Amino acid sequence: MTDILITGADWLGDGRGDLLVRNGVLSDPATAGSDIERFDADGLIALPGLVDLHTHLRQPGREDTETVASGTAAAARGGYTAVLAMANTTPVTDTAEAAEHVAELGRRDGVAQVVPVGAVSKGLEGAELAELGLMARSPAGVRVFSDDGRCVSDARLMRRALEYVRAFDGVIAQHAQDPRLAGSDACCHEGTISGRLGLPGWPAAAESTIVARDVQLVQLTRSRLHVCHVSTAETVDVLRWAKNRDIAVTAEVAPHHLLLTTDEVLDYDPTYKVNPPLRPAEDVAELRLALADGTIDAVATDHAPHAATTRNMPSRRRRSACSDWRQRSRSSSKP
Amino acid sequence: MQHLLSAADLDLASATEIFDVAEEMSLLQGRPVKKLPALRGRTVVNLFFEDSTRTRSSFEIAGKWLSADVINVSAKGSSLSKGESLRDTVLTVAAMGVDALVIRHHASGAPRQVTQWIDAHVLNAGDGTHEHPTQALLDAFTLRRHFRQTAPTLGDFEGKTIAIVGDITHSRVARSNVLLLNTLGADVIMVAPPTLWPSGVDSWPARFCTDLDEVLPLVDAVMMLRVQRERMSGGYFPTPREYTIGYGLTSQRLEMLKVGAAICHPGPMNRGLEISAEAADAANSLILEQVAAGVAVRMSVLYSLLGGADDTPPPTARESFE
Repeated sequence: MTDILITGADWLGDGRGDLLVRNGVLSDPATAGSDIERFDADGLIALPGLVDLHTHLRQPGREDTETVASGTAAAARGGYTAVLAMANTTPVTDTAEAAEHVAELGRRDGVAQVVPVGAVSKGLEGAELAELGLMARSPAGVRVFSDDGRCVSDARLMRRALEYVRAFDGVIAQHAQDPRLAGSDACCHEGTISGRLGLPGWPAAAESTIVARDVQLVQLTRSRLHVCHVSTAETVDVLRWAKNRDIAVTAEVAPHHLLLTTDEVLDYDPTYKVNPPLRPAEDVAELRLALADGTIDAVATDHAPHAATTRNMPSRRRRSACSDWRQRSRSSSKP
Repeated sequence: MQHLLSAADLDLASATEIFDVAEEMSLLQGRPVKKLPALRGRTVVNLFFEDSTRTRSSFEIAGKWLSADVINVSAKGSSLSKGESLRDTVLTVAAMGVDALVIRHHASGAPRQVTQWIDAHVLNAGDGTHEHPTQALLDAFTLRRHFRQTAPTLGDFEGKTIAIVGDITHSRVARSNVLLLNTLGADVIMVAPPTLWPSGVDSWPARFCTDLDEVLPLVDAVMMLRVQRERMSGGYFPTPREYTIGYGLTSQRLEMLKVGAAICHPGPMNRGLEISAEAADAANSLILEQVAAGVAVRMSVLYSLLGGADDTPPPTARESFE
């Protein structure tokens, strides 16, 4: 394999310099031989490989929409070297065997590292704990558990999950959305636009009330919580409150919630139907502030491809879409 | 006008034009031969994904009286109930060579999506909990007639106060009516328990209120909305009994109305729930007039979408039959 010398990259906040890639590993640029491929990175920024805390690779079960191979290739194209694969596949990643299967798919087909996320509850049903300990002790070494796509809405189950994962330093990643406040027919943020368009909405409080409950359960259980795709200013308030008390909570925000507002749904274009929904500009501004000041710890894509056929449905029946690093990176790779 | 998707698509001039043409069309209803040649050779498809009696049949009659070829496609027993996507259904129908598609769908925004897939004129005959613009037009047409008959010297809607009472949040009739009545110059008051107020009422061109008794003496017309059965079990109000006592147009409340104030209901009514039999059948009830106006107004709307292309003046029933 030829050495690759990347010259003149900006090491973010650390000056400029060269990078030598030898056999896929960073090496001392001074040792570069003459038979090298040069890449001029003037004006570009060099970053360590990114980790995506939140992806849906759809394999096993929905290989028509995404596979570990295609998903990780897209991730690598976007600069990601590791992705966490959510558990809402078919079958659900709720056993050690299922987790090991996803890890094995990653080893076999992955262009980036695939880290399986285990389900909190059996079959994502929200009723009984999945075999969290066996998933943790399996070769897959699961540490992040999430029913993402669904909220662990039962307070007692959430409490038990938080307590139980302390045994192996696990963390519960919550899709915070009270299903009693945000019905399955919800299409967009509940507010002026949903009222005008006659669309059933997700109220902001459906998210923030669950986060408020969960951070207090973390306080009770001395466990760890991660909040998936924070979308509202109210949730940011709750996170600030919790972090000021040293409650062990981390949070992520998705790119579309930082860049787009609920105004996008005005034409009923189902492309902008995402879960959680796009929110008003005031929420977007607050999310940006929270990311900048560290209240929100990470950007995670919630990459979640859906089949094109489900996009020809009217808004209420359409599956939610989410950011797609592949589309973005494909278009950005063109001159 | 290319499409009629929302009452917001209408300004004062275009709504007035629709009413004036509808007045002409309504003359046809009393004639032995009910036929105008205006839309001969044009094809109108009524594509109904939801059950409907009065809207579908009045669109059908309206098209036929204008000599259009009218085809009804309903969800039951068609490919619509076999899992075909909305887009495929619409493309299939459009491929047959359709000039206008009258669509009713249970999803808000479906007619707007349809306009992105086909070139034909699209007419929203009720989409989910969004809008029902022809219902608002026939309501306003009926009220305009009533106001002209009862007080011919006054303006049609200027200075008039109209209350819309009931399940605002789930009502496509209310959404279209508030927009159109506001365009026409009326003051609109929405009356409902707060659980049935839509999100973001501050941006609506109407005042929201929870006390029907306070509002009734002020209004020139009151429009009662149907309480859908699923709302009764949805926890929006404790019991039907409590709803009727709080928000029903009971016989006792009839006496609170100004003399000549009109009573409207888009139908179908739940007699005894949101409206009493005395109110529905009162002398100042316009409920049957609303139904009768449906055909004339829909003829006028179909004509304004399909008939205006060749610069001919609107047809009048007088010309055709005198």
